[in-house]
Amino acid sequence: MENQLIVCPSPHLRHEDTTRGIMLDVLIALVPAALAGIVLFGPRAAAVLAVSILSALLSEWICCKVRKRPNTLGDLSAAVTGLLLGLNLPVGLPLWMAAIGSAVAIVIVKQMFGGLGHNFANPAITGRIVLMVSFPTAMTTWVAPFSWMNQTDAVATATPLAGGEATLRELFLGLRGGCIGEVCAAALLVGGVYLLLRRVITPTAPLAFILTVGGMMWIFGENPLHQMLSGGLLLGAIFMATDYVTTPSGWKGQLIFGIGCGLITALIRQFGSMPEGVSYSILLMNILTPYINRFTAPRPFGTRREKKQKKEKEAASDGK
Amino acid sequence: MDKLDMVMRAMHGGVKPGHFKNTAGAETVQMPPPETVCIPMQQHIGAPCTPLVKKGDPVYLGQVIGDSDQPVSAPVHASVSGRVTGLGEVMLPGGQRVQTVHIESDGLMTPDPTLAPPPAETPADLAEAARACGLVGLGGAGFPTHIKLQGADRPQVDTLIVNAAECEPYITADCRECLENPGDILAGVLRLQKILGFKQVIIAVEDNKPEAVVALLQAAKEEKAGRTVRILTPKTRYPQGAEKVLIYTATGRRLPPGRLPADVGCLVMNVTSVAVLERYLRTGMPLTSRRVTVDGSAVARPMNVEVPIGTSVEDVIQFCGGYKCPPRKVLMGGPMMGLALEDTSIPVLKQNNAILAFGEKEAKLPQPTPCIRCGRCVKACPMYLRPAEVDRSLKLDKAEVLKKLGADVCIECGSCAYVCPAKRPLVQSMRLAKARLKKEGGK
Repeated sequence: MENQLIVCPSPHLRHEDTTRGIMLDVLIALVPAALAGIVLFGPRAAAVLAVSILSALLSEWICCKVRKRPNTLGDLSAAVTGLLLGLNLPVGLPLWMAAIGSAVAIVIVKQMFGGLGHNFANPAITGRIVLMVSFPTAMTTWVAPFSWMNQTDAVATATPLAGGEATLRELFLGLRGGCIGEVCAAALLVGGVYLLLRRVITPTAPLAFILTVGGMMWIFGENPLHQMLSGGLLLGAIFMATDYVTTPSGWKGQLIFGIGCGLITALIRQFGSMPEGVSYSILLMNILTPYINRFTAPRPFGTRREKKQKKEKEAASDGK
Repeated sequence: MDKLDMVMRAMHGGVKPGHFKNTAGAETVQMPPPETVCIPMQQHIGAPCTPLVKKGDPVYLGQVIGDSDQPVSAPVHASVSGRVTGLGEVMLPGGQRVQTVHIESDGLMTPDPTLAPPPAETPADLAEAARACGLVGLGGAGFPTHIKLQGADRPQVDTLIVNAAECEPYITADCRECLENPGDILAGVLRLQKILGFKQVIIAVEDNKPEAVVALLQAAKEEKAGRTVRILTPKTRYPQGAEKVLIYTATGRRLPPGRLPADVGCLVMNVTSVAVLERYLRTGMPLTSRRVTVDGSAVARPMNVEVPIGTSVEDVIQFCGGYKCPPRKVLMGGPMMGLALEDTSIPVLKQNNAILAFGEKEAKLPQPTPCIRCGRCVKACPMYLRPAEVDRSLKLDKAEVLKKLGADVCIECGSCAYVCPAKRPLVQSMRLAKARLKKEGGK
């Protein structure tokens, strides 16, 4: 029957946005940070990024095969995870470690919980934390920007948060030691603005996160601007505290999430044994996300709070 | 009344699916009587009618051919004059099987000589007239109007809301009513206000129909409508015209789930329903035809047609020049809430405001992928629900969970499924959840 009509439930119009389109937008938004990282840290940065992306894609493909599920490489979420993790690694990290990080992120954090949409923690963040715990030295060996041009061995340097010095201008342009994608604030902000314009993310969580860190550190007597531009804050706030799956969906929840991340980050930076706490703060808040969602759930139209309902019922029964 | 009412409240959520009001500018064309019509005995929410005619009976235009003694029902009338060729059965797009009366037209459209304007003095007269007219909500719901009018004279019902929002894309049937018969609308409004004693009347037209607003303002001046009749132009946003949403935008009152508009002091009527009632009160000719927007990428000549009720969808499309490409999806109603037809021999119903036919491109079904918890459905839901959560909880098959999520509050507007980037069938899940809750409630 070539003339058969299609019968399906309404609505018969759909918005053009797709999961793949959203993931593609995130990838595009990460391009400036990736390019900045490659310019600052040389071709080896490109190799780290490539290995982490390829490892993520391969892990996703194998998981789909093993779980006998349709291949989900096309939704690009694995590529986003791989790229995000790569941007969170230092340039000197052995490539096999980068591969392990991506594999952990995809296999253990994402696919073992059921794949896209079912993971409770951000895969890239968790992958990074696993690497931090497993290979602390390699994960905290930083090199100075542009040292790859000098043909000498990489010059080890400290990140500004770990005692290194950097002016605000240097922080903004990324002229400092750090992970491949986290150093260039300007590139990250460009990506963030792109995501905002494309309406992929809302500004609530990132702003709450960044401003809370700035405010707290100001209370602790640090330079707030300096603190807001250093470490992995911008990368985490713009790209990871806005992950759909692992952060609250309403603006109220996002506000709570952002403030929570900010508080934890500031406390770790000020009092913790580690110089940076962005990853841990996001992971901790990821775990709280289901509760935040429940706490901030909207009330269906025309209904009252249960307490009020009970009161009204009691009043009604008293009246009888 | 000389100026527009400013809207203070904005609806929550909603979507902007595009207007597609291609047929807004074209005068309605009267469709000649088709050779045969097939009139279903149920074109309303409530009890079906019993046929009052049998094979071979001659019928006049406007003659009652089916009625019911149940309170929630509406009689049906012959939409052509001619001879009854038999009784049958048809499956309506909602899935229910309904008895039908088939009439062969004599092409003369001879009206029933006994038709006469009914009395319209008291509230009871009005309700009786709405019933005798066979009037149902013409905006798509098909709820019998006389049920709404009964008790609308109570003092706590102080507001009449005339729904001309027409928020569904493509449909312009109500817009054309405002442009072509604004006098009938205003006369109807004033009559309802006089008899039922409303303190205020709000005519709501979305702001993408400025010409309809102008026509209504002009008519209001001519009919000398007082300051209590206002025209409200809320921002164009789907589903502005949904009853609960419109009551909120117009009055700020929130209709609790399971309650009727009268409980918050409102009577909501579709704009064409008001005009049809007014014409019936003047002429005595009941509801036998209606304006249908025929549009969509597969229709050769999109237009508004005045169609005798019971004409087959196929006949209507053929009257509009047939198809310009092979149709793959034919809808009764708008693209957001309309029902997809299995075959086009189905008759046009009283509440059927549009027929849309689409080609391959628009008919293509998107493949659902896993939910990525983006929260867009939550933002889009005008009823403050969490559609994705209902979708997920459905598998648990626990009524108390679905109840807690408020699935029964859903108005099935389709905003959630429209915005979903994972293309999940969220409305379907909501309907399943509602059915599950109903089953639980029935126990």
